[in-house]
Amino acid sequence: MIRALKLFGAFWYDFVIGDDWHVAAIVVAALALTAVLTHAAGVNAWWLLPIAAFAALAWSLHRATSGKS
Amino acid sequence: MTAALPLVLTVFVACAVEAIEALTIVLAAGLTRQWRSTFQGMTAALLVLTAIVGVLGPTITLLPLTALRLVVGALLGIFGLQWLRKAILRAAGYKALHDEASAYLREVAAAKAAPEVRRRWISDWYAFTLSFKGVLLEGLEVVFIVITFGDNQRNLGAAAVGAAIAVVVVAVTGIAVRAPLAKVPENAMKFAVGIMLTSFGTFWGGEGAGVRWPGSDAALLVIVPVVAAVSLGYAAWLRRSHRLSEVAGRSQPQATRLGTESQTEGVTSR
Repeated sequence: MIRALKLFGAFWYDFVIGDDWHVAAIVVAALALTAVLTHAAGVNAWWLLPIAAFAALAWSLHRATSGKS
Repeated sequence: MTAALPLVLTVFVACAVEAIEALTIVLAAGLTRQWRSTFQGMTAALLVLTAIVGVLGPTITLLPLTALRLVVGALLGIFGLQWLRKAILRAAGYKALHDEASAYLREVAAAKAAPEVRRRWISDWYAFTLSFKGVLLEGLEVVFIVITFGDNQRNLGAAAVGAAIAVVVVAVTGIAVRAPLAKVPENAMKFAVGIMLTSFGTFWGGEGAGVRWPGSDAALLVIVPVVAAVSLGYAAWLRRSHRLSEVAGRSQPQATRLGTESQTEGVTSR
C-alpha cells in the first residue's frame, strides 16, 4: 500500500514538477509576488512573470550544463 | 472558426508529440509480443482517461475563471519551461536528440527479453502493462493540454478537435507505415510546444494574479515571439559554448604534445 502511494506520488511529482524543481518554485514564487504587487501595492507588475520565466530557464540550463542537476 | 485556429493548431502540435510517443510504445508491444494484450492495455488506459476527463472536465469548468487562470497559468508555465529546457539542451548538443527509432529498439529489446506471464483474462501481462502505461501517461498529457487550453479559451470543443485530429493522424500514419514515426522533427515540435505553453502560461498566470496586460489579448502576439527569440538565443549560446568546450577538450592533449615537442626542440637546438 505504502509502495503504491509512493509510486503514485512519484508519478505526479514527475508529471507536474519534472526534472528541475527550482523552475516550479520560481514560477510559483513569481506568481505570488505578482499577485501581492498587483493587489496590495497597486502595481501592474505584468513584466515580472516573463522576467522570472527567462531567469528560471537560464538558471536551470546553467545548472544542467554545469552538471549540478 | 478562424478565431479558434491558433488554439486548434497549438493543441494539435502538442498532442501529436504525445501521440507519437504513445504509438512507439504500442508498436513495440504489439509487434514483438502480441496484439490482443496490447489492445487490451490500450483500451484499459483509454477507459481510465475517459473516467478522468469525466470527473475533471465538469469540475474544472465550475472554477471561477480568475482562479482557474492562476492555477493553469502556473502549471502551463512549469510544463512549458521544462519542455523548453529539454528542447534547448537537445538543440545545443548537451542531451541526445529524442530518437523514436532508438526508443523503439530499446522497447523492443526489453519486450523480447521479458517472459510471457498470463494473468486472468490477459494472456500477456507484459504487453498489457507496457501498452497501458504508455497510453495512460501520454494520454494524461493530452487530457491536461485539452482541458487547460480549452477551458481557458472557453472553447473546449475546438481544443478537443485539435487533439482528436492529432491522435487520428498519428494513429493512421502509424498503422500505414507500421513503424515508429522517426522522421518527424520531434525536437523542433517540442521546442514550438514549449514556447506556446510558456507563453500561454505566462499570459494566463498573469491575468489570474490580477495583471492587466498592455494591449489586453494582443499581448500574446508579443509574448510568443519574445519567448521564442529568448529560447532560440539560449540554444544558440549553449550550442556555441558546447562546441568551444569540445574543441578545447580535443585540442588540450594536442597543445600539451606540441608544447612538449617545442620544448624538446628548444633543448636540442641549444
